[in-house]
Amino acid sequence: MSKETGHSDHIPGTHVFTGQRSKRGLKLNRFAFSLNQASNREAYLQDAEAYMDNCGLSSWEKEKVLARDYKSLVEEGGGSIYMLLKLGSVTGEGLASLGAQQRGETKEEFMQTRNVALKENE
Amino acid sequence: MGKIVAGVGTSHVPSIGVAYDTNQQLTPEWKPLFDGYIPAKEWLKEKGVTHAIVIYNDHGTDFFFDKYPTFAMGAADEYPIGDESFGVRDLPSVKGDTDFSFHLANELVLKHEFDLTICQEMLMDHGLLAPYPLLFDHEPDWSVKTVPFNVNVLQHPLPTPRRLWKLGQAMRQSVESYPEDVRVAILGTGGLSHQLHGTRFGHMNEAWDKEFLDRIEDDPESLLDIPHDVWMERGGAEAVEMMMWLTMRGALTPEVTKIHRNYYLPMLTGMGLTVLEDAA
Repeated sequence: MSKETGHSDHIPGTHVFTGQRSKRGLKLNRFAFSLNQASNREAYLQDAEAYMDNCGLSSWEKEKVLARDYKSLVEEGGGSIYMLLKLGSVTGEGLASLGAQQRGETKEEFMQTRNVALKENE
Repeated sequence: MGKIVAGVGTSHVPSIGVAYDTNQQLTPEWKPLFDGYIPAKEWLKEKGVTHAIVIYNDHGTDFFFDKYPTFAMGAADEYPIGDESFGVRDLPSVKGDTDFSFHLANELVLKHEFDLTICQEMLMDHGLLAPYPLLFDHEPDWSVKTVPFNVNVLQHPLPTPRRLWKLGQAMRQSVESYPEDVRVAILGTGGLSHQLHGTRFGHMNEAWDKEFLDRIEDDPESLLDIPHDVWMERGGAEAVEMMMWLTMRGALTPEVTKIHRNYYLPMLTGMGLTVLEDAA
């Protein structure tokens, strides 16, 4: 078990959400959690940069959020997928879009691998 | 005296809520899921269920990682619907029974040594709400009083499957020592196979899901020593939620009568439903 991640990470393509990762992503995840409030979603849409500054995000985190780089936020930034999904309410992306990006595919490519397409929150 | 009259295992996929709210029950994409719940809902009504204990997990609706309880139980008469960032669903607030909750709290903490976080305020998350209207009427208000029981299955370390099973056994005794004639359904929610992050996003495992559905009915104790890593390898990292079904199963008799089962594997998650009762 790694001291850095709290897990052996032996499952390919998997970054188990350990306490250590949660600690690394605390500000990022708190920022995403704050989007549960409608007034915060509006504030973010008005001025994303200022909103993220208020949440104390690092320039790396801000850059990745604006680039919608969920892969980096999860794999390196300690992002919880359940928290990052809340960004979808302001970017108009559903879970399948976040997933496709993490797999390095377009949403269309990803959906071709699915049995049935369902409408999600987005 | 309180009695557990039903055990239900169910997925709590959020898109079920989207489909329900937009009346997609009869579309080809959703009919195989919604049809599966119709006999379950009817049967629960016939059983005269008055209360439901729902084992579920919050997904960042009310609980945040700054302080993260392993077991958090509601003790209130009302639980508002949370905004998960997509707005508040048009459902009545979930109704509770403070007296029943505190009875369970006293029994679970003092007699069975489960160290609970007691919540006098709690916002409801899709972990409970996604399947809820498919199982219980909610017009004009919910037909059952609810005890929401939130388990940490997000931030490792998580409780072990054996612990969740023992929790179910303790729940049964705690319900049975309640002096009033409550008729309780216990729900274990979550899963089945799904992975929502990393390059393994989209992993599903139909064979494991079906094996799990068999074993939860017939041989639940064979699941108790499966390590978290194995749940995650087989079902996907987020499928570790499936462990919460063990609390439901632990609250029933060793042998059970199988009432109903449904399985559907559409897009990202194996959607399972099982309805059980104590063997006669």
